[in-house]
Amino acid sequence: MKANLIYFAWVRERIGKMEEEIELPETVVTVGDLLSHLKGLGEEYETALEYPDVIRVAINQEHVEHDEKIAGAREIGIFPPMTGG
Amino acid sequence: MTTPTIRVQSGDFDLQTEVDALTEGHIDIGAVVSFVGLCRGEQGKLSALELEHYPGMAETEMRRIADLAIRRFSLIGATAIHRFGRIEPGQNIVLVIATAAHRQAAFDGANFIMDFLKTSAPFWKKEHAADGTAGEWIEAKDADDTARDKWRNL
Repeated sequence: MKANLIYFAWVRERIGKMEEEIELPETVVTVGDLLSHLKGLGEEYETALEYPDVIRVAINQEHVEHDEKIAGAREIGIFPPMTGG
Repeated sequence: MTTPTIRVQSGDFDLQTEVDALTEGHIDIGAVVSFVGLCRGEQGKLSALELEHYPGMAETEMRRIADLAIRRFSLIGATAIHRFGRIEPGQNIVLVIATAAHRQAAFDGANFIMDFLKTSAPFWKKEHAADGTAGEWIEAKDADDTARDKWRNL
């Protein structure tokens, strides 16, 4: 499937892109699979996603856990823990 | 049920204007609690904060949190406004207002909205140092998660 990814804060800076559309292999089923797949795409992804446990993900602008399936996602947001307020 | 006022904006807000908007025409409100979060100068070390947000999701999350608070504490009204972009020491970052018949619900409602806003609304702060060195992203605090989680046990 194709996935629209959107990055924020230091994840965005380390990857060096605000957003991108990528083609995912069929073995990528969950959010956790997606993060592992992205880590293999190059040094910048490796640096951004070095500690996947701290990375937060939203599917279609709603927070999800890492075991959530990504099938049907229109937009997947990937970002660090939030520090607003 | 009442609909919260939610805004994400680069410009400033005015506390009194927002309080007036919530209370005008109401004779059932006995309590208004407001919280304003400001940018600290960190003893002169900080020149500004840069607030990044996830457009669309930021508003959606703030609305979800405010709706939860309205239901849980029977609020009469709620407002949450969060700024983005460059914010300098002394300037406003965030405003939360809760109105209710009695003070405890208004205090709790505003507190609940802030605790969840800090941990769930997609905003990130980057520091710009006064000495011009490269900014660092502020790290999330465990204390903020603890503050949020206390509402689960009440």
